[in-house]
Amino acid sequence: MAHLWISNARVIDPASGRDGQGDLFVTDGRVVESFSDAQKQQAQKIDAHGLVACPGLVDVHVHLREPGQTHKETIQSGSHAAAAGGFTTIVSMPNTSPVADNAGTIQLMKDTARRDAVVHIYPTGCITVGQKGQALAPIGSLKRAGVVAITDDGDCVQNNELMRRAVEYAKMFDLPVMDHCQDTSLTQGAVMNEGVMSTRLGLRGWPNCAEDIIVSRNIILSTYTGAHIHLQHISSRNSVEIIRRAKARGIKITAEATPHHMALTEDALSTYDTHLKMNPPLRTEADRKEIIAGLRDGTLDIIATDHAPHTDYEKDKEFDFAPNGIIGLETALSISLDVLVNQNGFSLPFVIDLLTRKPAELLKLPAGTLAPGAPADICLFDPEESWTYDAKNGFSKSRNSPWHGQTLKGRVRTTIVAGRVVFSNGKIITSPA
Amino acid sequence: MPWTRKHLLTLEELSLAEIDHIHQTAAAFKKILGRSVKKVPALRGKTIVNLFLEPSTRTRMAFDMAAKRLSADVISVDAASSSTTKGETLRDTAQNIEALNADMIVIRHAASGSPLYLSKILDIPVINAGDGAHEHPTQGLLDTFTMKEHLGSLQGRKVAILGDVLFSRVARSNIHALTKMGADVTLVGPSTLVPHWFTDFGVRVSHDLRSALADAEVVMLLRIQHERQTSSHFPSLGEYTSMFGLNKTRASWLNPKAVIMHPGPINRGVEIDSELADGERSVILEQVTNGIAVRMAVLYLCSGGQTDYVTATQPTD
Repeated sequence: MAHLWISNARVIDPASGRDGQGDLFVTDGRVVESFSDAQKQQAQKIDAHGLVACPGLVDVHVHLREPGQTHKETIQSGSHAAAAGGFTTIVSMPNTSPVADNAGTIQLMKDTARRDAVVHIYPTGCITVGQKGQALAPIGSLKRAGVVAITDDGDCVQNNELMRRAVEYAKMFDLPVMDHCQDTSLTQGAVMNEGVMSTRLGLRGWPNCAEDIIVSRNIILSTYTGAHIHLQHISSRNSVEIIRRAKARGIKITAEATPHHMALTEDALSTYDTHLKMNPPLRTEADRKEIIAGLRDGTLDIIATDHAPHTDYEKDKEFDFAPNGIIGLETALSISLDVLVNQNGFSLPFVIDLLTRKPAELLKLPAGTLAPGAPADICLFDPEESWTYDAKNGFSKSRNSPWHGQTLKGRVRTTIVAGRVVFSNGKIITSPA
Repeated sequence: MPWTRKHLLTLEELSLAEIDHIHQTAAAFKKILGRSVKKVPALRGKTIVNLFLEPSTRTRMAFDMAAKRLSADVISVDAASSSTTKGETLRDTAQNIEALNADMIVIRHAASGSPLYLSKILDIPVINAGDGAHEHPTQGLLDTFTMKEHLGSLQGRKVAILGDVLFSRVARSNIHALTKMGADVTLVGPSTLVPHWFTDFGVRVSHDLRSALADAEVVMLLRIQHERQTSSHFPSLGEYTSMFGLNKTRASWLNPKAVIMHPGPINRGVEIDSELADGERSVILEQVTNGIAVRMAVLYLCSGGQTDYVTATQPTD
């Protein structure tokens, strides 16, 4: 029997309504109510004085790049970045090479994760064959192979008939469909938000109506079929309002926001920094404020990172030619705390809820709580510690972060997966202590 | 005032005094161009590389000629003959050019922001010869230089910029220069090519040709850029011409002394009536000639030269 005793923490577990100074007890990878004196004697002890102990964070939107793009990230390095950021459960996107549109690729990912990963990894599969938007992927086989959702990731299904059938079919397996909402006919050649800034920089703009139209389409399809559609990384203020109204009508949709869309705007693009190029793009201050309002009133259900690693040499290009995306696992908690708690007065338990119980419930993952009996996936962080983020010394294989070199507040100290410390004080611990 | 900039990347970042400085230097060089011996030794021993990764006739020839008039050695590289067609990155291409001991690089590139990107990588001066739809600073400088030759001060002068503003780097550079110089600028064209966001630049946006042209002292036409537009910006060239093409009737709305400008290349019969392009109010070819003097000034100043030296400079063999 392995015992772990975390003492003197501020334990925040929104799922069980717990928020207070106290201890956490772990036996054989699960949270238990209490320890006997004998167990206390045997236990590995972590003094968490001054730290918050919360459920390990859950991220439903991560690009792990393996198989096929392991120069950017691997399942191992991505899992290390997750652990360093306090995440214990992550959901990987299917835009690998080859794409995850078949059970074999899913099995390969799961086998690799079992061998290499230090956190729980759940794969998603494609909606369509080859992620090409033309024919349905074997969604049933993907479900049987273990996917927790289907999505065509950045290649939003444009054909409405196909999308209708996909959500209808996936509903039979109780599989949510995650959609990157983008009408690509409106975004040909576009590289940033359309507006004053794109006009000034001479870059081709990308109107937020491209997102609003597909958000609306998905709401209409969810209304019609009753299927659960999850709207990824909402960036447009109009989309937030459209989702708000749909939720008021009881439509079964959920939506996520990224740390970068809540923290940054297109105004940061004046130097053509490709570390600020992503899809969907950074938008205006009005959009940013509405994203935060959407998180506050529950219109946006969760925070997800869209962790998207690219190498230095891929990002080091003319703005038009650099790939979309930034990494986010190692900074998500700090940015969320800064923007939501420090700047916008959200309560700490509320923000932790957005990063733990809610994303876990969204995909029915066995995570997101510290209630007795739950898997002992735990994040210990110091909400007051200031630290300078050096992407070069991060755990992701890539360093494409807009926050490189910045001083952030709130730092993950220890990450525990199934009762085992996998990250502690800046180091990944790969073999059991 | 001494010139302190190493690069010329945008007109947005220049002060009015800096624009005047370039114009005054260009005026001095223009005098030299009128002599029988048109060459000065100002940049003797320097090597300038014209890296033109997007097609260009006028700008490239003008930079080429400007550098030669300053006695610099010039090497021109275009997209077709560069290693970018083999997949070499802009960083690698530029670093190789620097390693070959070039003293200055003039870049034309389809990607907005690429001159700024190069300026961060290289130690040598970078001159923007047009980047995407962003800026074409030497064009803006030569256009305002030409306007000043005809109108004197541009303070309060009514300037209409007509056409495909959305995709025009020429328009953006002119807008930045003209607003600094106090001109009263109206952008006019179809709503799909002149979006309202431009009002943020301190100019008017109009879709009514008559009011925009009324009493204008300058009308600057922009080329309809087929290569940058998608098919949906306007119905056809024919409709464009019928709605917004400059013809004799519409030209009669202008101030009687107005000048007609165009950065080239012209689509005759599309944005401008062929006769008007060749007519007495057209200063289109003067723009080209002034382009040499302005580019001489830019190359000279950014390589560290001082104005005094220019005026004292005698023709060389």
